[in-house]
This record gives sequence, C-alpha cells and structure tokens, in this order.
Amino acid sequence: MNNTYMIDEEVQGFIPSMVEDKIVFKDFNLWYGDNHVLKDTNISIKNNIVTAFMGPSGCGKSTLLRSIDRMNDIIPICRTEGEVYLDGRNIYKSEEDVYELRKRVGMVFQRPNPFPMSIYDNIAYGPKLHKLAKGDELDKIVEDSLKGAALWDEVKDRLHDSAFGLSGGQQQRLCIARALSINPEIILMDEPCSALDPIATMKIEALMRELKENYTVVLVTHNLQQAARVSEMTAFMYIGEVIEFGATRALFENPQNELTENYITGKFG
Amino acid sequence: MNPVQKEKIILGLMYVAVFLSILMLPIIILWVTTNGIGQLNWTFLTGTPSFSTSESRLATHGVFPQIIGSFYLVAGSTLLGTPLGVLSAIYLTEYAAPNLLTKSIRFFTETLAGIPSIVIGLFGMELLVYRLGFQTSLLSGAVSLSLMTLPFVIRASEEAIKVVPNEYREASLAMGASKWQTILKVVIPAALPGIITGVLLGMGRAIGETAVLILTTGGGMSRKVPSRLTSPVGSLPIYIYLIAKETVHQELLNRGYAASLVLLIIFLSMSVSALLIRNHYLRKLGNE
Repeated sequence: MNNTYMIDEEVQGFIPSMVEDKIVFKDFNLWYGDNHVLKDTNISIKNNIVTAFMGPSGCGKSTLLRSIDRMNDIIPICRTEGEVYLDGRNIYKSEEDVYELRKRVGMVFQRPNPFPMSIYDNIAYGPKLHKLAKGDELDKIVEDSLKGAALWDEVKDRLHDSAFGLSGGQQQRLCIARALSINPEIILMDEPCSALDPIATMKIEALMRELKENYTVVLVTHNLQQAARVSEMTAFMYIGEVIEFGATRALFENPQNELTENYITGKFG
Repeated sequence: MNPVQKEKIILGLMYVAVFLSILMLPIIILWVTTNGIGQLNWTFLTGTPSFSTSESRLATHGVFPQIIGSFYLVAGSTLLGTPLGVLSAIYLTEYAAPNLLTKSIRFFTETLAGIPSIVIGLFGMELLVYRLGFQTSLLSGAVSLSLMTLPFVIRASEEAIKVVPNEYREASLAMGASKWQTILKVVIPAALPGIITGVLLGMGRAIGETAVLILTTGGGMSRKVPSRLTSPVGSLPIYIYLIAKETVHQELLNRGYAASLVLLIIFLSMSVSALLIRNHYLRKLGNE
C-alpha cells in the first residue's frame, strides 16, 4: 500500500502534486450533431482519489464522464476533437481498442441496471466474456467482487437467485461488484445514488471511500454535499465548460469563480 | 331520444356483439368434438387413410402419416423461418439506420404477412416444385410455409428486442463487450420469451395452413410417412379438405371431424405451451 499521498478528510484541501495523473483531458471538445456539449476541456484526474464532476443539469458532466470510457461512441451523431490520455496514451487515437479500454474502466450508472440474470451470473458476465476464469477461479472472482462492493454477506446464500430480488441499494452495489469483476483501474460513477434512499446512499458513499484505495474513482453528482463528503477533487461545470477545478475543500470554502460561488451557495442549480 | 337512452342502446348492442364473439369458439369446439369424438381412437391415430368405405378398410382407417406429416412440415418451416426471422429482426432493430431503406424492409415484411396464402402457394409451386425441381414434397411445403410464418417471427422478435431496456446494452458495452456479444448474451436472452411466443404463434399458423400445402405438398391421403425431403407428404388440413370435398359417406365424413379435433388439440396445446414457456422465462428473468 502506497501511503505517501494518503488523503483523508482532514487534509482534503490539499492535493500533493506528486500524485500521478491518471486521466488527462487536453483541449477536448465534443458535439452531438450541432450541439457543442463539451468545450475545450483541460483537466487532469489523479490516481487513487475520488474526483467529482458537479454542476446543474445539462452542463455536460455525464458526457465528460462517458468520454473516459468512450461510451459516447454509441451515439452515432457524436463527434470529438482533442485528446484524452489514460496513463499517457491517447484513447481517442483511431487504432486504440475501445473494448480493451472499457475493460480497464468500469462504469456504474444512474439507475441500478443489473442484467436479468442471477446474482452470480451478473458478476460472472464480464470475466466469462473476457475469458478471465472459470470454475473455482470464477467463483473466487464473484466472491471477491461482491466483497469489494460490500454485498457478499447479504447475498452469499442466494447467489443463484434473480438479481431483481435485491433492493435498489443492493442492486447498485451489485452493479459496482460487476464493474469490479474484470479488475479495472478506474471506476466511473454517473450519479450512482440518485435513485436511492439516504441509507443506501450512505453505504455507496462509504464504498467510494474504500474503492479509491485501489481504484481511481470519478463521480458525477448534482448533489453538492455528496461531492463535499466523498471527493478529494471537484470540477464545477456549467454549459459544457469546466469553470473551476481543484481540491474539493478549497473549491467549496474559497471558490475562485463567481459562478461556482453562486452554485455552491444555492443561487442556482 | 335523449343521450342516456342512446348510451343504453349502444351498450346493449355491445353486449350482443361481445356475446356473439365469445360464443363462436365454444360452439366450434363443441361442434367439432361431438362429430369427431366417436371416431377418435387409437386406430385412428395409428392407421392409414383411404377413401374406401368398405367395413374392413374403415376399421383400419387412420391419419398417422398425416399427423407425422404435419409435424414434419411445421418443424421444417420453423427450422427455416426462425433463424431467418430472428436475424432479420436483430438487423432491423439493432443495426439498421432509421432511414427509408429500413422502413421499406419493414413494409415488405409486414406486407408479406398479409399476402393471401393461395398466392404464396402458387409462388411456391412455380418456383420450388417446377423451377427448382423439388416436386410436390415435404421440402417444397416447408419452404413455402416458412414464408407464411416468417413475418410473425420477425414482428414478434422485433417487438421483443425493442422492449429490452437500453440500460442492459449500456451495462454490457461498458464491460468491454462488443455489440454482437451484447446482443447474443444479453439482448437475445432477455427477448427470448417474446421471440418464443412469436415462433409458436407462427407454428400455430403453419399447422392449420391449407392453401399453401394443396399446391406444394402432394400426397394428401398418403399412406406413408415421407422418407425423404423430396417425398410427397400428407398433412391434417389437406386430409380434412379432401374428405370434406370428396365424400358424402357419413362415417368417413366423421373421420374428417376427428382429424379436425386432432388438429384443434395440437393447435390449442401449442398456444398453451406458448403461454407456459413465456411465463417460465419471464419468471426466470425475475420480472413476473
């Protein structure tokens, strides 16, 4: 365990520069048809911390998140310019393997979206797909992934029951476990708690704090408190632009931009 | 007449209409059953048919080759029509861009569903029986029948694939699955109840189809189960048609009712199994 840049809530205002950059957006632009959704984005997301994208609806925060695993590619009218580097490699280069990229970047969606399969099969889906394991090894991956998502104790006796029998919060943790199953480096979370009650939300937030030990976590939220509670760094976005990006505590306590301040103080949002 | 009275009269008319509509099914079933049940025995299910009305021949009269023939025809058309239909539906829903070409394809498949079966039979006779030299046979019949069932399979599969939530596709793609892997491992399994229902509905359509078979299968009163794909094949609908058309002998006519009863039983059990299979898969998917 590398503790040289342990960041806890006490020192959230301070991000050591020695923390390495995992994802770097460089002059990144994105259009849906004629709609310029992301404008000249330049931010660096650091390794093994939680980075939050926040901003009002339609500001482009989800689109920015989905640019990291190129999920925007599915939309035919989507067009991009500029670069996004993952560990120094531009993932938008034409010869980059998008399937390999998505293996390295797990994703958790706004609404829990387990497959219509058993709990076990939901987790085994990715490892089977990429032929990572079978038999006992697969069982082990399923167990580890469920433990990693703090769900194992609740489901270990009913692994072969339908995933739809779980509560919303459990389903979302199942989706996190599913993302962990193929051993990614980055976990993207697109408003993962927006469909959940406060207790389920608390559990997911606790999980995020654990996950950053081993993964780079990027979180989209329109919940200010959530960004403040779980993230080390926050980007505030407004109409396709990153208005302000920095250490979460600094951004909340001493916003540099008037728009950021107005948003944080609830003047709009 | 005031509005209240008008409302009452309209409602009364609707009651009559509904009553007449739901009355037909039990009447038909009752009528076929009372006429046919007396002839429905083991000999009838295992014997071979004939137009002969002699005591000795009637004692061994049965429709075994016709039952088997009908099953072969339906199985053949299903084996041909299902992969074609499901692949077409996947293309139309998952791959085709929403443009004029796609709309035209959809229009074509839907129009195919409405083409009178005698026209399909005529086409099958010309193309398969004569031009391709398949003769009046199991093969010609099954291929022609698959044209009848194809639109059902396409339509039902399309509907079933369309209602698979997009969240499943996204989840799978985000795991690094390709589009085809996603379709094969997530979309199709989730759409399976609907696809199976469509296939079984198509089979139900095929088992009762007559006009197509008259022109393409030959061997209506065949005493043999077809041994080759190009052998003539008997089937229950053709048997019923020939008996009804060719004979006035009451006892022989009743065999026609018995055959109708067999056909109805097969058809109803297919409808029921369609329902059961559908419910089974829905339960397995967890969204009862």
